[in-house]
Amino acid sequence: MNTRKDKFSQKIVDTPPSGIRKFFELIIGRDDIISLGVGEPDFSTPWVMREEAFYHLEKGHTSYTSNWGLQELRDGIADYLTKYHLSYDPKKEILITIGVSEAVDAVLRAILNPGDEIIICEPCYVSYQPLAALCETNLIHFDTSKSGFYPTAEELEKVITPKTKAIMLCSPSNPTGRMIPAAELEKIAELVKKHEIWVLSDEVYSELVYDDRKHCSIGSFPGMKPYTIVLNGFSKAFAMTGWRIGYLCCPDDLMQQVYKLHQYSTICAPIMSQYAAAEGLRSGKEEVEKMRVSYQQRRNLMYKAFTEMGLPVAEPDGAFYIFPDIRSTGLTSEDFATKLINEYKVAVVPGTVFGAGGEGFIRCCYATDINKLKIALERIGQMVDSLKM
Amino acid sequence: MQEILQLLQDNARMSIDDIAAMTKKSVDQVKQIIQKLEDDGIIVKYAAIVNPDKVLATRDRVRAVIEIQVTPEREHGFDAIAERIYRFPEVKSLNLMSGGYDLQVIIEGDSLQDVAFFVARKLSTINGVKSTKTHFVLKTYKENDVIYVDEKRDRREGVTA
Repeated sequence: MNTRKDKFSQKIVDTPPSGIRKFFELIIGRDDIISLGVGEPDFSTPWVMREEAFYHLEKGHTSYTSNWGLQELRDGIADYLTKYHLSYDPKKEILITIGVSEAVDAVLRAILNPGDEIIICEPCYVSYQPLAALCETNLIHFDTSKSGFYPTAEELEKVITPKTKAIMLCSPSNPTGRMIPAAELEKIAELVKKHEIWVLSDEVYSELVYDDRKHCSIGSFPGMKPYTIVLNGFSKAFAMTGWRIGYLCCPDDLMQQVYKLHQYSTICAPIMSQYAAAEGLRSGKEEVEKMRVSYQQRRNLMYKAFTEMGLPVAEPDGAFYIFPDIRSTGLTSEDFATKLINEYKVAVVPGTVFGAGGEGFIRCCYATDINKLKIALERIGQMVDSLKM
Repeated sequence: MQEILQLLQDNARMSIDDIAAMTKKSVDQVKQIIQKLEDDGIIVKYAAIVNPDKVLATRDRVRAVIEIQVTPEREHGFDAIAERIYRFPEVKSLNLMSGGYDLQVIIEGDSLQDVAFFVARKLSTINGVKSTKTHFVLKTYKENDVIYVDEKRDRREGVTA
């Protein structure tokens, strides 16, 4: 037995485990619980893409790819991004990563020095803060809950200091489903240029936006390319979570730094996944649209149900999450979620897991069978009613 | 309208309330749209899709695809002869085809003999039918957009996402 006191890295020991993970441990092996916890599509990857992977496996295409990723995939992405008015050179400004998660890690490490400040718009996905903290930066937890769960330029400017190195955005957002309106995004872009800071824009839900909304990338505003890092991937819109394909687009000079980390830590993303993703860009459009419509219908159902329960909730613009306000029940997020699992057999994630502004809210992922959603909503409604009396 | 039609095609038993909630329409609006879809003959009927292999009463029934070559009639083309064929209750579907034959018939019967008898006695004797070719169905994997052999299970595990 190794009894050495410092046998682990202190930085890692000090990193808290994900709060989502902690909640899932409560439901392992419990088939009676309906989970609105997993942030993952309930569709399998469209068949054309699975079939493309078979083809390449059959042909024996099982090698590494270039560190950058397959050229045909990068070409496809460059072409695809023009729909968001983004222009990236597929030879040196687009890097294929192991999901968006690797891209977030690599780019944070490539831009942050100890003592830098990074503004993280919260509530947000659970990996941003711990990964930034590992770079010994000061995290500025920017609470967006007072402004409809998206940051405003006016409020952001108040927390920018000479040490501010970067802003982390996610739109449409996990966990709230909210989008930053284009007009606000334009103002944030002005701020970014004025103070010369990086903006990390996680756009992995860009394809999943509802009604007549259009995704807008902060990188598309004039003069923004030198300050923008676009993060996107195939997991959500193409239902490819298990394939682990994301990508990162940024200016050439930053890419040279990110590239080093990527080649040393992962070499490249899995080749069959890259072929499947390339096929998705070529012929997956219709399937993606079908899934989008299905999520939109479920969002409508969820939004209506929570509103009728008397829980205030900002209507999600995209993604597949809804983030209702449960403060009227008098419970904290954690107590609400715990009681809901134990007594009503529905798993949701307490808002506190996602950082500042999350207390008093719960995240429900509605990428689940409609009949299960209805039962889950009924059970949540019963609990809310019982607490009001 | 298209969206409601799609929802019903996927699940004809979906309640009006759910459809209204999912499409952001009022219950009355949805009722009106469905009424119109029915009145216009777009929705023809609401029926369950059954996996025949799982129904005791029908699992031993046989299905056959029959290719028929016909001589079209001067005034009615293929329609008159088609009508004479699709009126038989044994005929489950009938398509006019391009290519090497004219009409494709799918029929069901209690036994091979049954089907063979029907083809010999009824189909091939119709005026204008030049030839028939019968193919028996051995197994149905997918029909009406439904895969019969699929396993439906949520395989997702707890994960930080």
